[in-house]
Amino acid sequence: MIRLLFFAHLGEQIGEREVMWPHVPETVKQLKDEVEERYGVSLGRVMTAVNEEYVRDEAPLHAGDTVAFIPPVSGG
Amino acid sequence: MTEPLFVITDRPISVEDVMKKVMRPEAGAVAVFAGTVREWTNGKRTLFLRYEAYVSMAEKMLAQIGAEIAEKWPGAKTAITHRIGRLKIGDIAVVIAVSSPHRAEAYEANRYAIERIKQIVPIWKKEQWEDGSAWVGDQLETTAYPSGKPEVKEE
Repeated sequence: MIRLLFFAHLGEQIGEREVMWPHVPETVKQLKDEVEERYGVSLGRVMTAVNEEYVRDEAPLHAGDTVAFIPPVSGG
Repeated sequence: MTEPLFVITDRPISVEDVMKKVMRPEAGAVAVFAGTVREWTNGKRTLFLRYEAYVSMAEKMLAQIGAEIAEKWPGAKTAITHRIGRLKIGDIAVVIAVSSPHRAEAYEANRYAIERIKQIVPIWKKEQWEDGSAWVGDQLETTAYPSGKPEVKEE
C-alpha cells in the first residue's frame, strides 16, 4: 500500500486529495501510467515527490511510501 | 523556543516579525521582499486568489533555499513565510528577509530566494477572475493548466 497525494488542478480533477493505492508498482513511471489510466488525467508535466523528496520517473517505490504529484508550482 | 525560519501559514503575515528573525549583531543589512496580490495581469482583473500548499514539503523546500543561500553567500541568514488560503487584492502572499554583513549579498540572495520559490516549492495559486478561475501553471504566469495541459493563454 502507498499513499498518493494530488494537488491543485489534479486534486480537483480526481475529486480526492489523498488516495490509498493498494498496488505498489516498481517505479514512479509505472505508478504514473496506472494513475493516468485509472483517473484519465495527464501527468506529463507533473513532478513527483516520494516522501517529500523530488524524484525521477525511474525511482523505485516501496510499501508505505507517500507519493505526491506536483503540478508546475506557482507560489510567490 | 526559537521561532521557525521557514513557515507556511494561513494567517496574515507580519513583515516585521519575519524581518526580526534574521536581525543579529553580525548583520549590516536586511533586505526584505514582500510579494502581494496584484489586481490586474495582462488586462485581466483578479478578484481574489487562493493558494494551496503541500505544507510539510513546502517548509522543507523553503529551508533548502535558506541552506542554498548560506552556501552561496556565506554569512547570509534567511527567513521566509508564505501564506496560503484565500487572499484578497493587496494582501501579502510571501515575505523573504535576508540579513548579511553587507548589503550586496542581502539584495542578491533575496532575489535568488523568490526565483527559487517559483521553481521548487510546492505551492499553487488559483486565480479567480470575473469570468472564471484557473490554477496558474507556471512561474511566468502566462499559461494556465486547468486540465493539466496548456489551454488558456493570457497574453
